[in-house]
Amino acid sequence: MKKTRSFFMIPYLAWILLFVLAPLILILYQSFTNSAGQFTLQNYVTYGTSWVYLKMSLNSFWYALLITIVTLLISYPTAYFLSKTKRQQLWLLLIILPTWINLLLKTYAFIGLFSQTGSVNQFLTFVGIGPKQLLFSDSSFLLVASYIEIPFMILPIYNAIVQLDPALVNASRDLGATNFQTFRKVIFPLTLSGVKAGVQAVFIPSLSLFMVTRLIGGNRVITLGTAIEEHFMTTMNWGMGSTIGVILIVMMFIIMFLTNDRKKKHREVMADEKETL
Amino acid sequence: MKKLLTMLFGIVALCGLLFFTSHQLSESQGSVTTKNTLNLFNWGDYIDPVLIKKFEKETGYHVQYETFDSNEAMYTKIKQGGTSYDLAIPSDYMIEKMRKAHLLLPIDRSKLTNFKNLDPLFLHKSFDEENRYSVPYFWGTLGIIYNDRKVQANEMQHWQDLWNPKWRDSLMLVDSARDIMGMALISQGHSVNTTNTAEMVAAQKKLDQLSGNVKAIVADEIKLYMIQNEAPIAVTWSGEASEMLAGNSHLHYVVPNEGGNLWFDNMVIPKTAKNKKAAYAFMNFMLRPQNAAQNAEYVGYATPNKAAKQLLPASVRNDRQFYPPESTIKKLEVYADLGATKVEEYNDLFLKFKMYRQ
Repeated sequence: MKKTRSFFMIPYLAWILLFVLAPLILILYQSFTNSAGQFTLQNYVTYGTSWVYLKMSLNSFWYALLITIVTLLISYPTAYFLSKTKRQQLWLLLIILPTWINLLLKTYAFIGLFSQTGSVNQFLTFVGIGPKQLLFSDSSFLLVASYIEIPFMILPIYNAIVQLDPALVNASRDLGATNFQTFRKVIFPLTLSGVKAGVQAVFIPSLSLFMVTRLIGGNRVITLGTAIEEHFMTTMNWGMGSTIGVILIVMMFIIMFLTNDRKKKHREVMADEKETL
Repeated sequence: MKKLLTMLFGIVALCGLLFFTSHQLSESQGSVTTKNTLNLFNWGDYIDPVLIKKFEKETGYHVQYETFDSNEAMYTKIKQGGTSYDLAIPSDYMIEKMRKAHLLLPIDRSKLTNFKNLDPLFLHKSFDEENRYSVPYFWGTLGIIYNDRKVQANEMQHWQDLWNPKWRDSLMLVDSARDIMGMALISQGHSVNTTNTAEMVAAQKKLDQLSGNVKAIVADEIKLYMIQNEAPIAVTWSGEASEMLAGNSHLHYVVPNEGGNLWFDNMVIPKTAKNKKAAYAFMNFMLRPQNAAQNAEYVGYATPNKAAKQLLPASVRNDRQFYPPESTIKKLEVYADLGATKVEEYNDLFLKFKMYRQ
């Protein structure tokens, strides 16, 4: 039986090797080469000494953080009330449904909504506010990016809340805790794993969103994704593009590390820390 | 367990069988062989499909039409040599780059009976001085497009007019480093092909001042936005502009007469070509005045074919927007291939401008 089990590991291992490890190694290798294919550290030096790239990294990080906060603020209450409703499967389906539609299509739909003659501006004109410049602003970028990412935040939080033993909540109330205390000391700490998973699922892809920065942000929002595209498509400096890719991967690992569900003991310590804050 | 294994092998066997039969079928049909096929590598929607049918009927060649969406993508594909393209249609600076990389085959002029139809104004350009490697297909300009409901014609004639504080938050620019840097360089009286770092930095500083007027830096979407009146002014290429004009009668296109960019898309035979005979047949076919005129009417770009231009309706051929006067054309510059380091310098400066916020 053991033999057959390892036999069934082959497709998985082959997949990981071909489509995860091999590309990572290639990117890492490319990042240490110049356009002539020689070994060099120059790309990293350029990155580290260029104010443009550092500012862009900060930008990426900042926008990803904002997107994560916005989605979290909306998702947690949504997931919480979702777990209390009837017909949960139906509501869940409605939340998942938009993820079946192509990302570009959704983004283009927002162009139609936000443009000068779009439905939102028509409504604003109707109520007497008059048309406003909606596209190409930070707020519209944040809105669209959050819209795209929200299902990936709601689902893990919802799962964590559903798994929460209602007896614990009842016990907390029986022992005299107020609703707020129950939430702060019982519900939230016990669903923190869902929040962390959601943060990972939203923050990491948000770091490298780039079509939305152009289509909705009008390239007034510049993130690392923009630079990677430029280096691969225009300047054809694949080395520098790969270097930025490696930086992104490192940033992702840091996020993974910070939000990882480590040993249970550790989690309790962190929850305690939160309390003292 | 056994069931699963038999299933697995069954699927593998089925795949093999399907592959074998499809291989057999394509062999027996005999339609796709190198001898009677022309592998054409072109931009999307850049030829009248009726002409392809006509060419196939006339010569008996089968045309395999493949498209690319950027010169760089095309370059990578031809360099890797996976498919043997017989004819490709890259732009000017890319032709120079491909020529330098020895990716092009010289063209035998004696086999091009219709070469004489081309306007000498569009031959012997810097990227291919003797036209040894390329034959003009379409040409165009970089210019300003404006909406006459918001902008008067006399307010928008020169590059400098874009810097007018009146146009705060009204401009859309194409997301292309060479073009936008080039326009700033021209407005300062420099060449679009300068490699002088001081001039390039000065151009970027000048662009920073434009930042308050810029609403967005976008790509193909610019067409949609201008047609929907999202912005009153845009900087874009003539080919895109002609499509916008067709969609919104309030739009007008201007090529500033102090200079700018003149671009070409030329036909070349890449080194990968397997069927040169078909490539020559196609070039001759496309150089024939009636065909070139029909193609120009379909695509909406300007034709370098003098005889074909005469066949176009007067309203098209006398349109100053897309066929600017010779005095203007002579001032326009073709982009030269500046080499990887300078191209990167241009792009880095452009990126700085994009990140600049007032």
